[in-house]
Amino acid sequence: MRRSDLTGPRLVAVFLLGSVLLNYPILAIFTRPERVAGIPLLHAYAFGAWLLLIGLMAWVVESRRG
Amino acid sequence: MLQGWVIVLVSFAYLGVLFAIAAHGDRRAEAGRSIIANPYIYALSLAVYCTTWTFYGSVGRAASTGIGFLPVYLGPTLMAALWWYVMRKIIRITKAQRITSIADFVASRYGKSQLLGGLVTVIAVVGVVPYVALQLKAISNSLSILLDYPALVMPASAAEVPVVGDSALWVAILLAAFAVLFGTRHLDATERHEGLVAAIAFESLVKLVAFLAVGAFVTFGVYQGFGDLFRRAAEVPRLEALMTVPAGGGFGTWASVTLLSMLAILFLPRQFQVAVVENVDEDHLAKATWLFPLYLLLINVFVLPLALGGLLRFAGLGVDADFFVLALPMVERQEALALLAYLGGLSAGTGMVIVETIALSTMVCNDLVMPVLLRLRWAGLHQRPDLSGLLIVIRRLAIATIMLLAFVYFRVAGEAYALVAIGLISFAAVAQFAPAILGGLYWRAATRAGAAAGLTAGFAVWAYTLLLPSFARSGWLPQSFLTEGPLGLWLLRPQELFGLSGLDAIPHGVLWSMLANVGMYVGVSLAGRPSYQETTQAALFVDVFRHTQGLERTPRTVGSATAATLLPVVGRFLGPERAREAFQAYARRRGAASPEDLAADAGLVQFAEAQLAGAIGGASARVVVASVVQEEPPGLDEVMDILDEASQVRAYSKELEQKSRQLEAATAGLRAANERLQELDRLKDDFMSTVTHELRTPLTSIRAFSEILLDDPRTHLAERTRFLSIIVKETERLTRLINQMLDMAKIESGNAEWRAAVLDLGEVIEASVEATGQLFRERGVALSLELPGPAPRVRADRDRLMQVLINLLSNAVKFCEPGRGRVVVRLAAEGGGARVDVRDNGPGIRRADQEVIFEKFRQVGDADGGKPRGTGLGLPISRRIVEHFGGRLWVESEPGQGATFSFQLPVEPAPAAG
Repeated sequence: MRRSDLTGPRLVAVFLLGSVLLNYPILAIFTRPERVAGIPLLHAYAFGAWLLLIGLMAWVVESRRG
Repeated sequence: MLQGWVIVLVSFAYLGVLFAIAAHGDRRAEAGRSIIANPYIYALSLAVYCTTWTFYGSVGRAASTGIGFLPVYLGPTLMAALWWYVMRKIIRITKAQRITSIADFVASRYGKSQLLGGLVTVIAVVGVVPYVALQLKAISNSLSILLDYPALVMPASAAEVPVVGDSALWVAILLAAFAVLFGTRHLDATERHEGLVAAIAFESLVKLVAFLAVGAFVTFGVYQGFGDLFRRAAEVPRLEALMTVPAGGGFGTWASVTLLSMLAILFLPRQFQVAVVENVDEDHLAKATWLFPLYLLLINVFVLPLALGGLLRFAGLGVDADFFVLALPMVERQEALALLAYLGGLSAGTGMVIVETIALSTMVCNDLVMPVLLRLRWAGLHQRPDLSGLLIVIRRLAIATIMLLAFVYFRVAGEAYALVAIGLISFAAVAQFAPAILGGLYWRAATRAGAAAGLTAGFAVWAYTLLLPSFARSGWLPQSFLTEGPLGLWLLRPQELFGLSGLDAIPHGVLWSMLANVGMYVGVSLAGRPSYQETTQAALFVDVFRHTQGLERTPRTVGSATAATLLPVVGRFLGPERAREAFQAYARRRGAASPEDLAADAGLVQFAEAQLAGAIGGASARVVVASVVQEEPPGLDEVMDILDEASQVRAYSKELEQKSRQLEAATAGLRAANERLQELDRLKDDFMSTVTHELRTPLTSIRAFSEILLDDPRTHLAERTRFLSIIVKETERLTRLINQMLDMAKIESGNAEWRAAVLDLGEVIEASVEATGQLFRERGVALSLELPGPAPRVRADRDRLMQVLINLLSNAVKFCEPGRGRVVVRLAAEGGGARVDVRDNGPGIRRADQEVIFEKFRQVGDADGGKPRGTGLGLPISRRIVEHFGGRLWVESEPGQGATFSFQLPVEPAPAAG
């Protein structure tokens, strides 16, 4: 199994990004009674950031043999 | 269609389908065509993480804390990003060491310690029991709710129902039977269950589909999409709040639950089982890194809509929010959907219970019961030819016991908590494994004592701050235990330990238990020193990627035994046929016809231990194998292997230092030799100039007088005679010089002729004095002899001896002041020899020069710095002559006091009287 040397560091970067995005204080910015396309802002943000992380992980992992 | 018998029938049919899938998976595995060998099945099996907690509990949590249900799924997502380093390493180690459970992992890391294996097992069982109880509660409640259809009645409190009438009891018995049938049908050396994994993956699909179906129905069937649902919820002020601030402890709880779930995804026994032990290919982990979080995201999309929908629909009806997922389809009269929801919950619960109890039973059997049995009743076990049956019985009993404990916990404490709160207590328990395992992966210096201390301390604090309060809340312990502390000790209130208030129970318990755990782990590790066995295992764990290219590792266990001794031992635990098969396969791999042909080496012992480790755990396997193996102390090779690079570098640098010291010494030697050569070269030059000078002086005078005679033929006869006599004298001097040089060369090369005879020493002295008498008279030097009575007789060459004496006498006269000089020759018997002294009253010889004068071609100027006289060969020749006859020649002198040259020769015994 050949691995790009950057896969590990990239995934750690995703982890760090996620730790920041989905925690206080960034999370506190979105605790407002507003709605995006009918969905509460906090809810929309949390799921959006979550999806972003999954997308990044998929990209990093699937491009490792490139 | 929701009659009781239909529900029960569907339940059993569902379990039957699971069995069919499992059986199919096992058959395919035996045929070598695995159905689980792909990353999608692997990712789905990881979703055993989502239990009834997720299926029912998330909605309940969302109904009370809004988005607070989410960290339990965000944590695993974040951890998935770190799997690349952490999980891959754990999987590699597990495969290399044939580890079968998390207890086995910890035990192996710290030198195959049975104590640690047992400790981890106890923590895992005690910690996970509430979690299993949660499943019991969810399944039994969901069943009783569905059975009441079309009415919507919440189940009565457990306290109001007799134990026998409690559906949870029947659910517990059924689940236990199911887990026993599933997980312990046969004993496998690798503890892998392909069929089980296939069934778990199927269950993951069922619960996802069921949850999405209910969510989609409520969101799009009951309401007109997300926008409509949220808008209507926003009209109720209490629901509006759920959509903004993460209630219930705020961000402290948020962060601590995220952390707990990060650790839970690694260390929950069932997660370790599916992610590590059941892993087919390390490579599957890569795709699961994003597939598994995606699954988590999907199963959570409808949680908040369902919670809000339920709260709107059941406002004031007293329906438990934990069961909205089931109640919403029921109240909407969607019977099929309600049944699907129930099946989803059932699949979530059974999946968890089966894998968890199997993982725990393996640990209980391998790391708790077997070590004790092997110790206590080794003789008893020894007599049994086949222990594999006993192992299976132990595991089945373990499963039953765990289910019983779960039921008891459910009866005692289950009612006081929501599903999620119970689950978090379990999360906090397994989080106690984190320091010992994560530290053990990267920190060499961690010790067994440190791990044991950390685990014990963390577990104790966990039990005090989280487990005991759950008993107190349900009235099993007095309420004052929480409000006033034990025995009224205010500072020890379990939920506000040491007066630390303002935190929720979970962050509070996590903070204190982790503090105690990490503190003890690091502190005790640093205070002690790892043993040889611990160091070896530490190296195998920390540097696993260096040791394992493939999966066979180099044998490290030292010792040997033959296949004939090992086979019965392995056979007792695996069953004789299975063991025979395994050994046969190993023999083929090693190119031997049968196990009996195998060499009795460390590799074979390693193999046997690995086979046993699969069945009874690493620590027990070690004990069993050690009982038949001749263990040898670690050889130099093994010791060298575990030396780390630093010590190698140190050795190299020491070697270099030594080499450079040797070089320095060699250089110094060369320099000295060079100096000596230069000195000799200078001596040769000096000698050449001396000799040339000595030769030229007589030659010049010979030539001058010859020319006079030639030029003036009328010279008087008298003159002519005088000149000729000078020429003759000078020629003699030349001859003498050349003779001396030849003489010296002869003596040196050992070619000199010696005519030894017994001599009267006195007579020789007198003859020598006579020969030099003229010289003394010419220079006016007085000579006196002191020859006592009968002179001693010596054995020597008369001519040579005279040469010595003449040399000494002429030297003496040469250095004496003419007219005032005085030379004394004295002969005396001394010791066993005869001694001759020649004393003059000349200027003497400086102490520093007293040896130099005996060296060839070395002449010393007078004490007053005058020019040297003579050839520089007389004394060296004399010394060699004396030494040839067994004597010695030396000088004693003080500057200004004259010099005494002495030699001593051994006395020839007098001839027998005749």
